Amino acid sequence: MNFKTSEKILITKKADLFFAGLYSAFQFIIRFFKEAFVPPYEFKEIIKQCYEVGYKSLGLITLTGFITGLVFTKQSRPSLSEFGAQSWLPSLVAIAIIRALAPLVTALICAGKVGSNIGAELGSMKVTEQIDAMEVSAVNPFKYLVVSRVLATTLMMPLLMCYTGCVAMLGAFLNVHLNELTSFISFFEAAFDKISFLDIFSSLIKSIAYGFTIGIVGCYKGFNATNGTEGVGKAANASVVLSMFLIFIEEILIVQLTNSIR
Amino acid sequence: METELKNKVQKGLVITIRDLYKSFGDNHVLQGINLDVFSKENVVVLGRSGTGKSVLIKIVCGLLKPDKGLVNVLGNEVDHLKDKQLRELRQKVGFSFQNSALYDSMTVRENLAFPLVRNAKHLSRQEIKKEIESVLDDVGLLQTINQMPSELSGGQRKRIGIARTLILRPQIMLYDEPTSGLDPITSIEINNLINLVRQKFNTTSIIITHDLTCAKSTGDKIAMLYDGKFIKQGTFDEVFSENDERIQNFYKYNFIK
Repeated sequence: MNFKTSEKILITKKADLFFAGLYSAFQFIIRFFKEAFVPPYEFKEIIKQCYEVGYKSLGLITLTGFITGLVFTKQSRPSLSEFGAQSWLPSLVAIAIIRALAPLVTALICAGKVGSNIGAELGSMKVTEQIDAMEVSAVNPFKYLVVSRVLATTLMMPLLMCYTGCVAMLGAFLNVHLNELTSFISFFEAAFDKISFLDIFSSLIKSIAYGFTIGIVGCYKGFNATNGTEGVGKAANASVVLSMFLIFIEEILIVQLTNSIR
Repeated sequence: METELKNKVQKGLVITIRDLYKSFGDNHVLQGINLDVFSKENVVVLGRSGTGKSVLIKIVCGLLKPDKGLVNVLGNEVDHLKDKQLRELRQKVGFSFQNSALYDSMTVRENLAFPLVRNAKHLSRQEIKKEIESVLDDVGLLQTINQMPSELSGGQRKRIGIARTLILRPQIMLYDEPTSGLDPITSIEINNLINLVRQKFNTTSIIITHDLTCAKSTGDKIAMLYDGKFIKQGTFDEVFSENDERIQNFYKYNFIK
């Protein structure tokens, strides 16, 4: 059904829509926190979603992480060689990977893969009335669909980030080993020499924030999809674009915060 | 009005709708709807597409909120119920969607188990299994139990959709266009199923349709919706013996089609 709208325009139509959207997103987040900690819990669905988000992203994450570590090391070597500082390469790579690359690469990959998947799945359920069907069967669709997915992305993202970090470091080691014949132990000793607890902790915090963002944005866009199949496509697309945008904003904020602590 | 309502509830009134209004922007879909549905009665709401028939039953089950008016279902004012109370009421009200709305990532068995597992926690696995098989048997589709919705025909999907609502043993069934998109033979099968459901499960039903065959074969009472209002209520013969051009046109075009 195509309904006309006749809401009063308060500022401009676009500004009104923006603020209305912001308000409804805020309500959506509040509802998540209200529902997440109240029984009944959908443990089975949470585990299933953890499998979908975590295990099924491993292939892509492995490839991307490994290549990131390898290429970053390769590109950094000439600059360090100019100053005769090749021995700093492992610690430079480790700092870059642990502080920034691992959380960011994992989050961007998952925003594309998992975020679009959640947006499209929930969007298609919305336009085919499957969410309404849950509602009328006296089942809480928010708890079943949204809470489980957001918890899964929030829980899985730190694990995936750790995994990406390890794989990227292996990529970096391979490059260093092939060029300087450095042993595995001496590479990792040098690499972790400059890493502090704060580096690891801030990355964990980042990845939790990114995971939550990817989940909640995907669910919000999917849950509010309209206009049939076109709406499903838009929901998937908007999930990716918005979550990537928010991830970069969060990156800036968290980096500022940790630098002020450091 | 309250005393009148209480008297009617005692006489078996299950759903009461009074002065119901609903608009979407400038589109005034329902403009003062009044309807009484009594226990074990099948009421058919007839009308052209886009006249707000589906909106009406979505308001009855609390999926949409009315702008104005009273909707009382089994003694509860739907509009004023809290989430938990609404969920309790929904266990007694089944809704069969126009496109069946089966969960397409689940098998037929899982589709049926989904509401049962969450609403009837006292049931054991064996009892749930038995219940699913019994309802599937009632709709004649036990053989599809392990199939995915995408492997089913349109008629089978409708039947499974009805089975999924029946599994909670509702007192009220709301059917949204149960025969739309089906061939005449399958439509008749669905009409027979609606009558069978009433017989076997003692349900009260509101059936939304524009199909006169469905209306005639399933409805005890017909309510003709036109321009957001019921222009005539009564038995099929009473409604269509009316000399109203709008009703006669609806009748004529249905059979020309």
